Amino acid sequence: MASIWRYILAGLGLAALLAGIVAAVYLTLPQSASGPDISRSKKTANGLFVASFEPEHGVVRQGELQSWLLTLKTAAGAPVEGAAITVSGGMPQHDHGLPTSPQATDYLGDGRYRIDGIKFTMSGWWQLRFAISAAAGSDSVVFNVVL
Amino acid sequence: MKRLISVVSLFALAVLALLGGCGEPRFSDAEKKAIASLALNTLPSLKPDTTNQYADVPAAAALGSTLFFDAGMSRDGTVSCSTCHKIDRQFQDDLPQAVGVGRTNRRTMPLAGVARNPWFFWDGRRDSLWAQALTPLENPLEQAGNRAAFAHYIKKRFGERYERIFGPLPDLSTVPANASPLDSDAERAAWNAMPAGQQDDVNRVYANIGKAIAAFERSIEPAQTRFDRFAIDLATGAKPEEDAAFSPEEILGLKLFIGKANCVSCHNGPRFTDNSFHNNGVPPVDGLPLDRGRVDAVAQVEADPFNCLGKFRDGDEGACRELRFMVKDGPQIMRAYKTPSLRGAADRPPYMHAGQFATLDEVVAHYSKAPLAVEGVSEVHPLDLSERERAALVAFLKTLSE
Repeated sequence: MASIWRYILAGLGLAALLAGIVAAVYLTLPQSASGPDISRSKKTANGLFVASFEPEHGVVRQGELQSWLLTLKTAAGAPVEGAAITVSGGMPQHDHGLPTSPQATDYLGDGRYRIDGIKFTMSGWWQLRFAISAAAGSDSVVFNVVL
Repeated sequence: MKRLISVVSLFALAVLALLGGCGEPRFSDAEKKAIASLALNTLPSLKPDTTNQYADVPAAAALGSTLFFDAGMSRDGTVSCSTCHKIDRQFQDDLPQAVGVGRTNRRTMPLAGVARNPWFFWDGRRDSLWAQALTPLENPLEQAGNRAAFAHYIKKRFGERYERIFGPLPDLSTVPANASPLDSDAERAAWNAMPAGQQDDVNRVYANIGKAIAAFERSIEPAQTRFDRFAIDLATGAKPEEDAAFSPEEILGLKLFIGKANCVSCHNGPRFTDNSFHNNGVPPVDGLPLDRGRVDAVAQVEADPFNCLGKFRDGDEGACRELRFMVKDGPQIMRAYKTPSLRGAADRPPYMHAGQFATLDEVVAHYSKAPLAVEGVSEVHPLDLSERERAALVAFLKTLSE
């Protein structure tokens, strides 16, 4: 009889130890190891341009109207001038669009365009899609921003 | 052997207990970050309003305070701003729809932190606090006055105070007693008969009335609550004492708020609002006029002569980016209404833009069920919260009022 209890106790103990180890591993693992591609520089969908997208003043602040810079280069590295740019986007996981209508407001030279009126009103995964028309043709690019 | 097994078992149980969160409330790092972002101590200091050069002029705030409480600022001398924005009731009136000279179709909004809003009214049909303050003054259901009458009234009652702040009043001797581009046919005709320069003069006085009232309203700010004391203790690692300690139900409610129930998606930041507009499927009220929310407000704010791009703005146009970059069309603005702050909400039923829900229980039940919108598409998805979870959310919301 005593030996049965001993095995039950041992079993319980080992089960608890195992559960503890699993929990410890689970809790210390980095969350959401995979997610959307958040690179700030990439080729446009058809490879016409290389686009980079950065906040103009370095930091992204939730809930504030901010300006970003979209820099457009050709595959050969030459700045793309005179591009017509439209901006759209939203939150794919919430099925809603952007809370503002950002626009390309200024050309700053060297392929750099100011995209003003960007506001991220909540944390999570945002997408900004740029439709670009220039002498070389039309192309588009999507940037993911995760707050 | 038996002793070894016992020791191992006890150790394992202790580890499990620690990880399982017995005893002290446990929050993940992400939860702690979310809670800290809601605390009032993260509220930045109020930014200057460059569109209103009198925004931080004490004499303007003092005059604005007088005007705010003055029932003389209405057609029949019975309604002031404070009729609906009651000072002892969080500057709201506890009614499903505000009642001025007549009954309106919208719930009075409280004013704590109002100067921090980019948009005003439930639908954002005004883009500055001073432009907002002018709107009820001429609304036939609210103060029901007209701008010519207000200009005369200011000159008669507060002329000296006005001139000390804003400079000389214009010559109003030939301005009709009642005239406005908005009101009755007679008043519109009187307005249209005025020379453009005289219209400008009256509009200038009228804009200054709004700027004085806005200067006063900038002083109305949210106060610290039990939640804020809890959040500060959590952030600093101090053990919450007395009323800063949350009950298990309040902790569950907080975890749901920032987690499974997704409330924090829109009710974020220290004011619990994203300052944006959403269709959340709240049904219209029978008997009220058609109300499509933001979709109609866009045209109204663009047409408002007192908007940021108009000539009564002080400072430069750089302050007008909210108006410049606003969303003007698309399905998302149909029946979209502003996310209200939740601070103090538990003490001010009823809820929603036309007082549709009498209690917080009804509000939470609505989000849990997430009915389809009557028009447009609701952004809310069913949460299927249990009764215990719904009660916990309400318990947490009450900590924002204590």
